[in-house]
Amino acid sequence: MEQRSTRIALATWSALVVLFLWIPLALIMIYAFNKSNVQSWPIAGFTTHWFHVAWSSTDVRSALWLSVRVALVATATAILLGSAAAFAVARFAFFGREAVSFLLVLPIALPGIVTGMALNSFFIAGHITVSMWTIVIGHATFCVVIVYNNVLARLRRSSASLLEASQDLGADGLQTFRFVVWPVLSTALVAGGLLAFALSFDEVVVTFFTAGAQNTLPLLIFGYIRLGQQLPVVNAIAFAMILLTVIPVVLAQRLMRDTGVLRRGATAAVVTK
Amino acid sequence: MATGLDPAQGLSLRAPGRPLRAARLRVSGLFWRHPWAKALLLLAPPLLAFALVYLAALVALFVSSFWSVNPFTTEIQHIWNLGNYRTLWDSSAYRTIALRTIGIAAVVTLTDALLAFPLGYFMARIASGRSRAFIFVAVLLPLWSSYLIRVYIWRLILDNDGVLNWTLRKVGLPAPNIGYSNWAVWLIFAYVWLPFMVLPVYGALERIPESFVEASRDLGASGLTTFRRVILPLALPGVIAGSIFTFSLTLGDYVTPLLAGGASSQFIGNVVYESVGISNNVPFAAAFAAVPLAVMGVYLLIARRMGAFEAM
Repeated sequence: MEQRSTRIALATWSALVVLFLWIPLALIMIYAFNKSNVQSWPIAGFTTHWFHVAWSSTDVRSALWLSVRVALVATATAILLGSAAAFAVARFAFFGREAVSFLLVLPIALPGIVTGMALNSFFIAGHITVSMWTIVIGHATFCVVIVYNNVLARLRRSSASLLEASQDLGADGLQTFRFVVWPVLSTALVAGGLLAFALSFDEVVVTFFTAGAQNTLPLLIFGYIRLGQQLPVVNAIAFAMILLTVIPVVLAQRLMRDTGVLRRGATAAVVTK
Repeated sequence: MATGLDPAQGLSLRAPGRPLRAARLRVSGLFWRHPWAKALLLLAPPLLAFALVYLAALVALFVSSFWSVNPFTTEIQHIWNLGNYRTLWDSSAYRTIALRTIGIAAVVTLTDALLAFPLGYFMARIASGRSRAFIFVAVLLPLWSSYLIRVYIWRLILDNDGVLNWTLRKVGLPAPNIGYSNWAVWLIFAYVWLPFMVLPVYGALERIPESFVEASRDLGASGLTTFRRVILPLALPGVIAGSIFTFSLTLGDYVTPLLAGGASSQFIGNVVYESVGISNNVPFAAAFAAVPLAVMGVYLLIARRMGAFEAM
């Protein structure tokens, strides 16, 4: 057991690191209500005006709508591909099984510009014009591993003998899936899906290379910040986005409490952002 | 029966009047007798999708880095040459950018390891169950909240009229004015990637059995020796697993240097970003993007040898 002084020092350090993580998030919550459109500290006064401005902006709305559509399709694709791969890896032994995890984690383990540039070169070489679908392809590529990790972790904790018992009792594949596999799996799928959605909804580094002139919500905000335009609107969207990502993550955390796979980085056997 | 396992349906494949169920049982039996067919059916879609899109994209990146752009028509010429790589190698500006990117990525990784290790240690070995759960969520939420927003808020904090200067002035300290500099880039990267380091480090420390520590103490090792010879080596794969993300994510970023950096904060990513977005020179961008790809290739090989993949 560590000495008392060591324990106190470590506790203090931990508290400071957690504060370091949270103070900026608390500050953006305050800036969202800044009356002035000059972003200096302390804020000039309190207003909820900018939420109204953000919500009634057609640019913001169409970017939001594109982001939602992309995230939904990318998440659905990731759920199908990621859980198929997780089933194969969890239930069968085959040559190159370890390589599957490695391959799936590559899109997030490799630097963002590598994945982005690779897809960009690929679309150009294949004469594929950018559309919503090119964004979806990029997002699905790095969302697969999120679902894969969640489902794999859950499958590894459930016994394969349950499946055999079900078959011994005369159930066919569909019934086994419906009554044995699904109850075990459903929360892992929902958690993986929520996280994949959050990742897709937020992504900007790779998206730039697959979006052409289209604006997802992060690309729109990126443009605003870069040009120093509409910063009060950015603050209001930031407020909403922080709240909106908190909800799926807290839900996913509750659903996957037993396996602790929410570590976005923990991905080869898991992770991740 | 609610479970669908009606004994009247029996196990017979020729249950009269139940052709659908018979067919389903036949399919199930087929998969049961040929498990490889099921494995293939499950594996083929994800692997094919990855091979056809992601691996093909990496190949496209590599191939197009050997092409060039006609300076007059800005069309891509499919003539193999090493011109892009020669430009990168000969230009001291690009070499500086590459070294800056790799250097800052390394320093950010080190910073995060130093910040995260004591926290992970506290979570794994000292904190009570409740405070451990609290810290876990407190680290997890920033990880998943918008990256762009977290970069942006630091831009406001570090601005000359921002929170940091204001607070330090209030307590009588000189204002650091580190907005729009490499200091800002370092600090923001360390901030946004910190959770990626905390979680695997905590995981690795948590997996060390208490009996190992007791055995070390029983054999007469001091607390410091136990830490150095037992805990640290066992936690190292966790640190390396975290470093894959902190290093790689910094290496491949352009958003933070662009939004929060100064005139001399250009990263490899910024050159790539501008080559694609402004000068439309995709082959050159592909060649420069191959640099972090190569760096990460080497890094992943080393990390794998040090057992980091099991710790991820």
